[in-house]
Amino acid sequence: MTEIIIFILGIALLLYVLLGGADFGAGIIEIFTGKKGIDTISRAIAPVWEANHIWLILAIVIIFNGFPHVFAVLTTYLHIPLFIILIGIIFRGTAFTFRYYDTLNNDAPKYYTSLFRISSLLTPFFLGVTLGATILGKIPAEIKGTFYEVFMTPWVNIFTFSTGIFMTLLFGWLASVYLIGEAGDLKSRRTFAKTSRIFFVMLTISGLGVFLAAEISGLPLFEKFTHSWIAIGCVVVATLIIPFLWKNIQHRKSLRTRFLAGIQTACIITGWFAVQFPVMVSVSGGPHLTIMNSRAPESTMTLLVYALFAGILLIFPAFYFLFKVFKFRNIEKEKVIGN
Amino acid sequence: MDDFLAARLQMTVSFVFHIVFACIGMTMPWLMFVAELKWIKTGEKVFLDLARAWARGVAIFFAVGAVSGTVLSFELGLLWPKFMEHAGAIIGMPFSWEGTAFFLEAIALGIFLYGRNRVSRRIHLYSGLVVGIAGVVSGIFVIAANAWMNSPSGFDWVNGQAINIDPVKAMFNKAWFQQALHMTIAAFASTSFAVAGIHAFLRLRDRRNIFHEKAVNIAISFGTVAALLQPFSGDISAKNVARLQPVKLAAMESLFKTSKPASLVIGGIPDVEEQKADYAIHIPKLLSFLAHGDFNAEVEGLDKTSKGNWPPVVIVHFAFQIMVLMGMLMMGAGMLFLIFKFKWKENLDKRWWLRLLVWFTPVGFIAVEAGWIVTEVGRQPWIIYNIMKTKDAVTPMPGVQYPLYLITVIYILLTIAVFGLMRRQIKAIDTNPNYLKDHD
Ligand code: HDD
Ligand code: HEM
Ligand code: HEM
Repeated sequence: MTEIIIFILGIALLLYVLLGGADFGAGIIEIFTGKKGIDTISRAIAPVWEANHIWLILAIVIIFNGFPHVFAVLTTYLHIPLFIILIGIIFRGTAFTFRYYDTLNNDAPKYYTSLFRISSLLTPFFLGVTLGATILGKIPAEIKGTFYEVFMTPWVNIFTFSTGIFMTLLFGWLASVYLIGEAGDLKSRRTFAKTSRIFFVMLTISGLGVFLAAEISGLPLFEKFTHSWIAIGCVVVATLIIPFLWKNIQHRKSLRTRFLAGIQTACIITGWFAVQFPVMVSVSGGPHLTIMNSRAPESTMTLLVYALFAGILLIFPAFYFLFKVFKFRNIEKEKVIGN
Repeated sequence: MDDFLAARLQMTVSFVFHIVFACIGMTMPWLMFVAELKWIKTGEKVFLDLARAWARGVAIFFAVGAVSGTVLSFELGLLWPKFMEHAGAIIGMPFSWEGTAFFLEAIALGIFLYGRNRVSRRIHLYSGLVVGIAGVVSGIFVIAANAWMNSPSGFDWVNGQAINIDPVKAMFNKAWFQQALHMTIAAFASTSFAVAGIHAFLRLRDRRNIFHEKAVNIAISFGTVAALLQPFSGDISAKNVARLQPVKLAAMESLFKTSKPASLVIGGIPDVEEQKADYAIHIPKLLSFLAHGDFNAEVEGLDKTSKGNWPPVVIVHFAFQIMVLMGMLMMGAGMLFLIFKFKWKENLDKRWWLRLLVWFTPVGFIAVEAGWIVTEVGRQPWIIYNIMKTKDAVTPMPGVQYPLYLITVIYILLTIAVFGLMRRQIKAIDTNPNYLKDHD
């Protein structure tokens, strides 16, 4: 049961990164593409962002239902970055929707746009910081010491900042890849393709930066990596994909690029999980929180699995339908306008 | 400010904000669906216009509802980590079902709002229905979690640990049905009256506009049904509260001494020191009947509980009086509507009736907020009734007042922004003949 739940949690996080993350990324991309991109981005996100966003809620619910102790520890010691994530979520969702509908006011869109962009940077960065903090091992086992020691040290750190930057670039990159296929005209497609190449280079560099920052912070991330076959496999696959990905971006093949980018991201997340497994939160001065020692009682886990399965049976067909209506069409259009 | 107080206030601010959008999210899709249905049935274009105008409102309110709900799901841990550590495994299940309902709601909403030209008319119509059903269902699930805090069940509490957890029993706890029923009706009553009030206002300015006439009709019909049912459901709630949480009932009624029979206290100012309610109207024996269905039954007063475990009596008492008053007013308005509809139809066109409806715009939402204050403040000092004290659940992080200030400022700004945005949307209906311009 526990393994199934962890697996679904992984899927939920992956889908949040792939779908919700790309929505955030679109806000980041807008900073680069300026006015021209706004229309494409608004049109692309409006019908799906609410649904994409719920993957995060699902992940939260799985954690507090299945691993309540993990939820309590994270919300206690990472209160500040989580709170900043929330601020970002509030501003981004509302600013985006208001901008879309507030077509009558000439002044407001300016503010909405800057809020939308700032919060699109804020949330991914602090999501990355939070994830980094769970593996770093500076979360204390008990509350002892100054405010800074207990509530800041766990996440104020060069390593967590590097994972924050990595996450931000990942979201931006995914968005630019998807948007290649959303843009109506060839010129904006070129722009998005170019943006996506720039982001890809930065992403790769920041990935290496994460390992470097880990060494500096005394986290033997590289060593942990080499101990897990799955993690190594993920790195190999991710690396082998790079040339294909690059070529497809160059040729603006939106469907194939999306697919390869999805695999790339899945490799990163799976690799991360493999390195952590079975630890969910590394703790300093106490036992780590693992899947086994922090899970809810059996009765809860069983019901959670049933609930998740039933939910999946309902959600996936509906999701497929949503994307069929709004997303697959644009790709078909590609043949006409694109190459 | 003391951290504990700050945490409570932050929870309060977040809920008071979210619940408005939750009510709208549960009700608006139904109004929109009826308008759409009438358009398909009658082919009168005004209904299509109405469905579209309301759909824009739904999109805006849904977005704010979704983000403020996400804030809440984090805040349960950020503010009350000890509570979630124990409660998570017990009441996580309704939340996971709620998640499923949200998914369906968000997906169906995406199709309804943006897919008018992309799917068949039928699928489009049904997607509106799915939004409505999923909204109500998600509300009912989340209420199960709250009802569990009022009437904890489905576990054994041994040495500060929950064992023998049974999430199904926890979800279908004794307070669940009454609260889910009362809340669902409340959502319909509050939103429908507000919508009717807004369109009545616009109709007063533009008497020939058939658009607002149709809007008022649909909204007030929903509102009337809900307003007439609500006092009955409130009576079920009160009887259950008398049984499950006698202290809360005593605070609602400022009944300091256990009485047999007990009289109903209407209005008045509770004096906690002197243990009496000043300036109140007392109706002999009625409380015994309302609480236990027997005019001579004993009703437990606050004296049965040590003073340290009393909820803030004054707040709970006032909130309850306000809710009931608002409920009575709405019931009166609903009856008037029925009488006019079947007997004196011409009155529905009169200025005074429309003006009356305008005054009713906020009434339902005032009742909702007051009702939640009764429920939540009336449970204090417990976060899980008779199991865990709220102060034992609060986050150990000092400085909680800063997030409180920030959230408060953000929500105030958001409220202003939503008001401004809605005003501009409504203006567009009035002045812009092209207000139907589709965004697709
Ligand atoms: C339109 C809104 C509305 C209206 C007109 C009423 N209520 Fe209400 N009431 C609510 C909206 C509400 C609420 C906000 O929805 C609450 C909070 C928790 C709940 O389940 O419903 C509530 C709670 C609530 C409770 C506490 C339940 C608990 O703590 O478990 C009682 C006893 C009543 N109500 C009783 C009444 C009575 C006797 C009414 C007579 C007219 C009434 N309500 C009208
Ligand atoms: C009486 C209490 C509540 C009711 C009736 C209620 C109802 C709703 C409804 C109907 C929505 C859909 C949004 C919309 O249509 O505008 C919503 C959104 C949401 N609510 Fe609440 N809610 C309540 C309390 C809570 C609580 C306590 C939490 C979390 C702990 C919560 C979490 C959420 C979340 C995460 C969303 C966003 C889902 C989305 O993206 O669509 N709600 N709520
Ligand atoms: C949506 C309607 C709701 C409103 C308006 C509301 C309102 C409030 C208020 C006013 C308080 C502060 C009470 C005090 O400190 O004196 C509070 C506390 C709290 N509520 Fe609710 N509540 C709602 C629903 C819920 C639901 C559905 C849940 C849980 C699933 C919940 C969980 C809590 C918790 C954990 C606290 C903090 C402990 C406490 O102070 O009681 N509430 N709420």
